[in-house]
Amino acid sequence: MSSRDRILGRVRRALADVADDDTPYEQAVGRAYLREHGERTAGQTVDLLAENLADYRALVHRCADEELPELLARLLAERGSRTVLVPPGLPPHWLAAAAATRVPDRATSTARDLDRVDSVLTGCAVAVAETGTLVLDGSPDQGRRRITLVPDHHICVVRVPGQVVPSVPGALGRLDPERPLTWISGPSATSDIELDRVEGVHGPRTLEVVLVSGG
Amino acid sequence: MSGGTFVGMPAFPEAAREAVGDTTLRANLRHATRTIRDKRAKAVAELADWAELREAGKRVKDHTLRHLDHYLVRLEESVVRAGGTVHWAADAEEANRVVASLVKATGETEVVKVKSMATQEIGLNEALAAEGIRAYETDLAELIVQLGDDRPSHILVPAIHRNRGEIRDIFEREMGSWGRPAPEGLTDSPGELAEAARRHLREKFLRAKVGISGANFMVAETGTMVVVESEGNGRMCLTLPETLISVVGVEKVVPAWRDLEIFLQTLPRSSTAERMNPYTSMWTGTTDEDGPSAFHLVLLDNGRTDTLADEVGRQALRCIRCSACLNVCPVYERAGGHAYGSVYPGPIGAILSPQLRGTRSEIDASLPYASSLCGACYEVCPVAIDIPEVLVHLRERVVQGGAVTRHGNRVTLKPAKGHAAERAAMRAAGLAFARPGVLRLGQRLASRTRRLHPRTLPGPGRAWSAARELPKVPAEPFRDWWQRTRGGTTEGNGK
Repeated sequence: MSSRDRILGRVRRALADVADDDTPYEQAVGRAYLREHGERTAGQTVDLLAENLADYRALVHRCADEELPELLARLLAERGSRTVLVPPGLPPHWLAAAAATRVPDRATSTARDLDRVDSVLTGCAVAVAETGTLVLDGSPDQGRRRITLVPDHHICVVRVPGQVVPSVPGALGRLDPERPLTWISGPSATSDIELDRVEGVHGPRTLEVVLVSGG
Repeated sequence: MSGGTFVGMPAFPEAAREAVGDTTLRANLRHATRTIRDKRAKAVAELADWAELREAGKRVKDHTLRHLDHYLVRLEESVVRAGGTVHWAADAEEANRVVASLVKATGETEVVKVKSMATQEIGLNEALAAEGIRAYETDLAELIVQLGDDRPSHILVPAIHRNRGEIRDIFEREMGSWGRPAPEGLTDSPGELAEAARRHLREKFLRAKVGISGANFMVAETGTMVVVESEGNGRMCLTLPETLISVVGVEKVVPAWRDLEIFLQTLPRSSTAERMNPYTSMWTGTTDEDGPSAFHLVLLDNGRTDTLADEVGRQALRCIRCSACLNVCPVYERAGGHAYGSVYPGPIGAILSPQLRGTRSEIDASLPYASSLCGACYEVCPVAIDIPEVLVHLRERVVQGGAVTRHGNRVTLKPAKGHAAERAAMRAAGLAFARPGVLRLGQRLASRTRRLHPRTLPGPGRAWSAARELPKVPAEPFRDWWQRTRGGTTEGNGK
């Protein structure tokens, strides 16, 4: 007998005492919980996102669409970044004013190659206001999962209010489970040493989020 | 740690007595559990629908468990459709054999691991070492445990029993023999220690070809795996290697994508007391040119189906490993995680370990007693596991024996030997309560001789009193006091 058959057989025997139950899944679960917490306008939802991002030590910037190239150029310059990783579908005008050399996201790049890049710039799929979370789904403006992991500085551009949802249930409804997903809430952190929160263990130690409106 | 039991582990009362005497350990634990407990209460209070989320989480898990065969088959289909390979492992030995052969097939002799309780439970690192494969733990706390040749003592923060000074010493002493040594003049500031770990581990991440993980959730509908973490070591292990092997207990499956909306709200707030943990990775099979090109899922039984067979105990399988019950437990706070002799410490460990492993060993038979039944663990549990109910149920099983399922077979358990004293005491109590005269006489005798009472019990009672202070016998039995005063109405207050 295969282990698969053995385990499934054990499961069926283990449940022998349970009365037959054909309650459909949706009915059995019931979802009395809220879709979002509190009532907010779109603007207030964006404010909450900014507040919660900052609470988990992300650096938050806000600008209008036409100011974005200047702002990104300044953020890279302040950091002293000479190279910036760029996903294949990043809108070209975002980096129009930046001096940093663009490094394309290539399948052939090794992890060591990525480790030598100063910064990475991406868009995002959706952002969750209540938790201060950015979700990346590997779309062309976000690139492979590893590019936002290995470099030490990540700048993520969020279009507001269009890409912002209030809550976790709202985010899952917008995402495609077949894509590889990365949920990011603040920079990498650990609380393993006496529960003191320290930012930056293995992922980027600095996370900057640009909330861009009117795009 | 063969078969999941820490070898040579004494029963809980002995292990706990030693821990209670260690003042550094107690101070580390007290600070940690209280800090996290207060933070958790605040994080939970932010959600007005916490009770509804808790109920929904409980129901999703219960529904999944009662149709577990259906959802496991569905999960398998989904994972295979998405390009993954599914393996089934009935026990620890089989899981270890499967993982070792998968690693060997890649030709590699090193793997990077993200913290996984399932792989600790089966002793995977030791099994791989026996095959010449070195497994590097990459979670900061797991690294501290591994370098210190130590054992984890908490579900969420496995090195909670170590303070910063101890961690500095371990890094300075041990890092060099595992890879990049600790920098010169390392201090005990958490920032510097985390930086030393980052440098030490980065060289391993960048060259690793095989990653090993567990998973917090598996979605049957889509085949999606979910890993919730903070440091980014999870993302490193899940995305940089060419081959990814995930070892996951069968109880981690949930039916639908939508179910994640419950657990992604309750898990972070219950465990680290954050609105959301810094990183969550979700992947479905393999994706071209993004992440590992080979994905293997090892579905682990190892006592879970035996646990499922127990009507009262099966609710332990709802556990999402948040560790909230540890942080509120007065027994855990004093005894520490090691005393439980298992990778699953605290209240949840006290009901999970004896069910996964059976109650044959002394430590497993003693675990259902490692509680004051205060009920705080049930209150905080985000999936409403009634831990006290299961504890009492397991105590009954240990003392009286009875029918249980082991390795899929119904067997009759004999009453545990070590608990003869409790059975004798229960029989004596039954006798005395049935004869009021005997009880009254016994109580009076006890009161009048109380100055002569020893601080520990003789004979079979010694084990009980060795780890506890005996309660003082009152100067007068309750019955006599009641007869004399009619419940306090005629004494001392002039009535």
